[in-house]
Parts: sequence; C-alpha cells; structure tokens
Amino acid sequence: MTDEKKAAVEMTIDLSEDKPMTAYDRLKAARATTRPTSQAYIERIFTERIELHGDRHFGDDPAVIGGIGFLGERPVTFIGIEKGCDIDDRMTRNFGCPRPEGYRKALRLMRQAEKFGRPIVCFVDTLGAYCGVDAEERGQGEAIARNLLEMMGLTVPIISVIIGEGGSGGALALACANKVYMLENAVYSVITPEGCATILWRDAARVADAAKCLHITADDMILFKVAERVIPEDFDNFDEMCRLLAHQLDADLTELCKLSPKRIEEDRYERFRRLGIIEEKTENPRIVIKTKLPRININKDILKRILHRK
Amino acid sequence: MTPVRKSDYTETCPACGHEVSSSRLKRNLKVCPRCGKHGRMGARERLEALCDKGSFRELYRGVGSRDFLNFPKYAEKLRQAKELTGENEAVVCGVARFGGEPCAVFAMEPGFIMASMGSAVGEKITRTFEYAMKHSLPVVGFTASGGARMQEGVLSLMQMAKVSGAVGRHGNDGGLYITVLTDPTTGGVTASFAMQGDIILAEPGALIGFAGRRVIEQTTGTVLPDDFQSAEFLLSHGFVDAIVARTELASTIALLLRQNRKRRPA
Repeated sequence: MTDEKKAAVEMTIDLSEDKPMTAYDRLKAARATTRPTSQAYIERIFTERIELHGDRHFGDDPAVIGGIGFLGERPVTFIGIEKGCDIDDRMTRNFGCPRPEGYRKALRLMRQAEKFGRPIVCFVDTLGAYCGVDAEERGQGEAIARNLLEMMGLTVPIISVIIGEGGSGGALALACANKVYMLENAVYSVITPEGCATILWRDAARVADAAKCLHITADDMILFKVAERVIPEDFDNFDEMCRLLAHQLDADLTELCKLSPKRIEEDRYERFRRLGIIEEKTENPRIVIKTKLPRININKDILKRILHRK
Repeated sequence: MTPVRKSDYTETCPACGHEVSSSRLKRNLKVCPRCGKHGRMGARERLEALCDKGSFRELYRGVGSRDFLNFPKYAEKLRQAKELTGENEAVVCGVARFGGEPCAVFAMEPGFIMASMGSAVGEKITRTFEYAMKHSLPVVGFTASGGARMQEGVLSLMQMAKVSGAVGRHGNDGGLYITVLTDPTTGGVTASFAMQGDIILAEPGALIGFAGRRVIEQTTGTVLPDDFQSAEFLLSHGFVDAIVARTELASTIALLLRQNRKRRPA
C-alpha cells in the first residue's frame, strides 16, 4: 500500500454503530475538509446580510468573517472563523488560523454590536491562532487578551457555536459567550492533541491517546459546563440542520434579551466564574472554609464512565 | 573579598560564565553583577525582595490543584513541584506595600510545572482581583508562565476567560493593574492577564510571546533571530510600556502606585 493510501485509510472515520466514536474519531471528523465552514452556516441562518471588513488598524484578515444580518426579525452581528471551502480559498484564509488583525476585526464588530444593542453570534472553527513571525510582531497575545477582557464586559448577549475545532486561546477569543453550543463532533481543547502528545511522549503520532486524555468532545464540554448544548449533525440535510440551529439560537437569544444589560454581563461573568475544579485546604483542619462561589458538582458515576470509556 | 559562609556556594552566570557566590547573587536579586543577566526568581523570594519589608501577607494559600482527569504523570508532577518549591500552587497571592502604597499582589512560580495555569491558578488570581476590588486596592502582578496547564484540559483554557472577567471588573471600578512580565511569559497567560495591565512593565531580556519559538520555526520553516520575543522586541513593537531592571522595580512600582491613586468617588 502506498503511503498516500495508508493515510487515506487512516483518515476514514469508522461509523459502524456497534463501535462508539472515540475522541480521535471525533477530532478527525471535526477536521474533515468536507465539513461545512462558518460561511455555510451564516448564509443559511441569517437573512439580508452585509459583510463588514477590516480592523481599522492594519488590514483585513480573511480567516475571520463578520457582519450584520437578520435572525428572524432581529438584527444580529455575526462573526466566524472561516477555514475556506476549496484549496485556494483555504490558502487565502490561512486554513482558519487568524492573525491579530482578525481578532481586532472581531472586536471592532463586537463593540459596534454593543453600541447598537445587537446580540452577537460567533462561529468558531480553528486549529488555533496563527503561529507566525508577523502574528507575534503585531501582538497575537495582546489581541486575544483584549478580546477576552472586552467580551467579558459586553452587555449584549453572545452565543458561540463551536462548529469544528475549538483550538485553544484562538477559539476562546470568540467564545467568551453567555451560551456555548458544540456540534456533535466538534472538539474544544487547550492544546492540539499533536502538541500534547509531543510534550508528553515526545511522539506526535500518539495523537489518539492524547485526544482521549485531554477530554475534548462535546460530551466532555457538557460535563465540565463549558458548553450548554450539543447540536446534532446532519450534513446530508444541511439546510434543515441550519433551520433547527437558527431556531435554537433565536429561542436562546429571546430568553437572554429579556435580561437587563447589566444582568447579561453578570450572567456571562458567573458562567465563567464557576469553571474550574480545585481543592481547598486550611492550615487548621478544624476550620472548614465555606466557599460562597458555586462549584461544579461532578457526578462521580458520569466522570468514571467518561474517564474509562474505550 | 566577601567572607564565604558555610551555606554559601558558587553559582555560574548562564550568560557570561561569571562566577559569583550565591549570597551575593541573592543580594543582587539574582541579577548577574557582571553582565546584568536577570536570573529566574521564585515567587515568594521575589515578593519578599521587592515588597516593603515584612508587608506581604499571603491569601488563599490553601487553594491547590486536583488531578480530576487522571491525566498521565500529573499527580506525580504536582507532588514533585510542591516538594521542589514548597508552594501549594504555581502562583502566590496576597496583599503588600510598595513604598508604603498598599496593593494586592500575585507572583507566579516558574519552578511549579513551569508556572502553568490550571484551575487553581485561575481561581487564586480571580480571587485576588475580587479582593482588590472589594478593598479598593490596585493590583500588581508578576507573570511567568509556560501557558495554560494541559493536564487539566479545557478547564485550564477557561481560566483565561475567568481571570479576564475579574480584571475587567476591577478595571471598570477604577482599579489600577500593573503587570510585570518576567522570564518566561508565554501562551495562555500572555494571551490573557499578562497583556491586560493598565501599565505593562518587563524585565530586561525576558522571553515574552504567544506561540513557542519552536512551534513558529516549525510552522513557518524559518530560523528566528535571537532577540525574537524578547522584552526589547516587544518594547520596539509597542507592546510594553517600559523595561525596568529588577533592582529598580520596587521604586518604579511605588512611583506608579503613587501617580495612579484611585479617583475619589464624586
């Protein structure tokens, strides 16, 4: 078998029913080039759209698209990380790895949404923020940091949909949201499984093991309360799938828009404030610290099931 | 010649090879007396050396990490890190004074799993900002980190947003936040609270960046110049306010705290 054929077999996703999908299967599904990208969702979900360009500082990053459209009767700002649909498009869009100007464009559109009280819907699909010399020179870290800081303080509702890969800080910079949806086979991770395998075992080929250890699937996100909803995938009936997704977005935005602007900010703050699992000791064992902050209560049985699944 | 004490030993500067006694190096805040190379400094050591003498009072020491994912080698790593540093977690938080000016402080411990940020680090820093806001204090943070702690999976990533929320609230309340970027500050910490200061200082020669050097070299297939991602590189690209030598840090922070006192409510 030629190497090319081997790779093709390797990339085939086993969908036989008796075998549950592993984290690695889902990772492959999330990265599949046949998967619809942000553009496809935006075209089907929003009507009367206008795309807006540029960060007003340096340029226009094709890896991030954004603009205004209607979701039903409601004007909404949409932003998406776009991987591109064919090889030329993918190259233009840097394979969906944004540069600082992409994040600054997103932030500009979000500030605009804040000014006019429009909800924001983000579509996230990236391996991660671009790792390049120019990106570092223009402050990739600062651009992401600024997005996190300002998104956390916005008083309009934000919903982020992870449609494929949610790669680390580059994904989080568009996902400081009131609600996060995961597509069924989308993944969300602090580091690429390849990077993790390299650090852990000095062997990037152990990506399947790393994917399992990192807990990157939609189920994991629900367990850790990092995401609120899992959206079933049905790419054969994509229009219908988008119709249902639009319906879900509309329902959640209707609920969120009932809150006062201040409550919307508080809702987002509290959502992230809860995240994290720690242990807390005191110097004096007789004193029990009662933390006012709500903690995640993890059901031990569910945790066991997830940790030991094959 | 300085008398050599029993506990003293000779250290060699990694930059210029200068040999110096450990007590002299400590007095000089781990800065090589010949070439000025800023050596790495532990969190507690740093706070004791830079804050007003005896002013540091620690908060949230009991908060620590849990290996909730059963991640390979993590429990062992945590145990070793605690043994090596004597700390419970990769950040030390509390309140202190600089030149008499009170503030909340945090300093990250490079010896603790490369000061990576997991749930506990995120929680401690978030609490420090909430404490500072409640008591109307500025925050001074010394950052050093390899980034988010992969051993805690996506919840480490979420700490970036959690801390950012607290930084934002403290700032909207009129609070001053000074960050001091020390060697090395990278990854998810650069992409969150390290770059969110009202005033961003850096130590000379510190490595500061988002992506790792090797990753960039692999991605782009180029060899990077030596000064890439140094504090000086960031200064020239407009991402830090000033580079301050460690021996000048305490007085500079004191000055900034004095110049940026909180506006009295109208």
